[in-house]
Amino acid sequence: MTPCLFVLLSVAAWPLFRTFLFSLTDAQLGDIPHAQFVGFANFAELFADDNWWSAVKNTLLFATFSVPCEAILGLMIALVLHKTFMGRGLLRAAVLVPWAIPTIVSARMWSWMLHDVYGVINELLVWIGAIAAPLPWTAAPELSLITIVLVDVWKTTPFMALLLLAGLQALPQDCFEAALVDGVSRKRIFFRITLPLLRPTLIVALIFRTLDALRIFDLVYILSSGDADTDTMSVYARRHFVDYANVGHGSAAAVCLFFIVALVTVLYINIGRHNILGEV
Amino acid sequence: MSHIVLKLQQRARHLFFCLFCVLIALLCLFPFYWAIVSSLKSGADIFATDLVPKCITFQNYYTIFQDRTFSCALLNSTIVSFVTVCIALALAALASFALARISFRGRKRILIAILSVTMFPQVAVLSGMFELIRTLGLYNQRSALILSYMTVTVPFTAWTLTSFMREVPKELEEAAIIDGAGHFTILTKIFLPIVSPALVTTGLLAFVAAWNEFLFALTFTLTNEVRTVPVAIAMLSGASQHELPWGNIMAASVLVTLPLVALVLIFQRRIISGLTAGAVKG
Repeated sequence: MTPCLFVLLSVAAWPLFRTFLFSLTDAQLGDIPHAQFVGFANFAELFADDNWWSAVKNTLLFATFSVPCEAILGLMIALVLHKTFMGRGLLRAAVLVPWAIPTIVSARMWSWMLHDVYGVINELLVWIGAIAAPLPWTAAPELSLITIVLVDVWKTTPFMALLLLAGLQALPQDCFEAALVDGVSRKRIFFRITLPLLRPTLIVALIFRTLDALRIFDLVYILSSGDADTDTMSVYARRHFVDYANVGHGSAAAVCLFFIVALVTVLYINIGRHNILGEV
Repeated sequence: MSHIVLKLQQRARHLFFCLFCVLIALLCLFPFYWAIVSSLKSGADIFATDLVPKCITFQNYYTIFQDRTFSCALLNSTIVSFVTVCIALALAALASFALARISFRGRKRILIAILSVTMFPQVAVLSGMFELIRTLGLYNQRSALILSYMTVTVPFTAWTLTSFMREVPKELEEAAIIDGAGHFTILTKIFLPIVSPALVTTGLLAFVAAWNEFLFALTFTLTNEVRTVPVAIAMLSGASQHELPWGNIMAASVLVTLPLVALVLIFQRRIISGLTAGAVKG
């Protein structure tokens, strides 16, 4: 126990504490030891920065669009996989493939498929007549958020589907049998029995995904055009910390993100305490 | 009459279901297939959207191994992920045994703390971790990555292993206590053998996490000799921003993904049980 706690304290708690301290100083990347205490000046600067607010907006938009999409699609896939049919194992294996592909690699694959001139997706969409001319999916700031949501949904729906599938398989079968005997319609079974019983699992899956979505970094880093106005909060914090070498400002942004995530966690844990901790 | 309608309805439903399955599989697999196809085309062929390459060449694979950047990155990723997993499992096994079986004050609080560390944004420790790495003199070294990956893997492995250890029957442990075994003996002689499948599962998941990590790898390394694969792939670029060497990028992508896809398919059941163990209480 002790070694593990020690490691956790030194690689998680201590750096977090230092980040909090840095956010109150004017530390520069090359010269951290000579940082001066500046109070809340970094936060004042941060809140006056339009790019920060657009990063907050992008992150929240991303989370509100991607998480529900993943939940709905994941639930559909889970329901399909819950049935017994030929090739079920194969389908489950296929569903695992996007999860196994490294995020950076999937970002690269999609940016190739979505390439504005040579991309296969533009070609397909033009061919079926959905769009008149190829779209710059990753280059245009107003499209790149859609693109990022799309790729994230592709990549993480499998995780959602597997969690929900495990939840479905753990449900007591007798309710379903009783309902079938009583001749209840499929739709009614789904909304009145499956969904309420699945609620705890659904909440846990939503928590995991929301928190993950709020800290998104790598997809945005690769897929967006590199403009400051497509940044999410993580990208913004790193940009100020590394590219502009302003440790204080970057740390302040990171601290804000931390508090937002902490707030969401506390909210969620209070809703779903029993589900997460089991019988501790 | 109604009998036939019912039968037709059933047929239609079945057909729809099959189509839906095919659609799911297609959506999941097509990007990977497209990457493979693109990596096997060369020259101008890659810009034509043929679903099957006209002629297959391994030119792109040859090119990425010509300079040492990529092979170095593969080696780095392997070393870093492997060492990370070993350390994380060792630490987590001790901790999760205590968390699952020994009751002490503050246990619940520690569990919540561990869970929140798996959730918090890595960016929040970035500057503090940077300072720590600088102070220890590890900047731009593989050990910097191993150290920072502990933040990601240790809490996650401890959490997952705890939920596996809880399922070991209490009777075994009680019998051992009666026979006079201490905590450490119980852990090494009884628990670890029983949960060894779980160790493999958790180790695999931690390996995938370490292999895919990007933020720390990007920030704490500077030169090609210590970069990991994700960073190397992100950095692959051509003469200018607008002429990315797509063939090479796809070849590299396929190469780093194949081992993972193979692992995942082989250990499919285990991975699913690992992914869900931490989250679903049956």
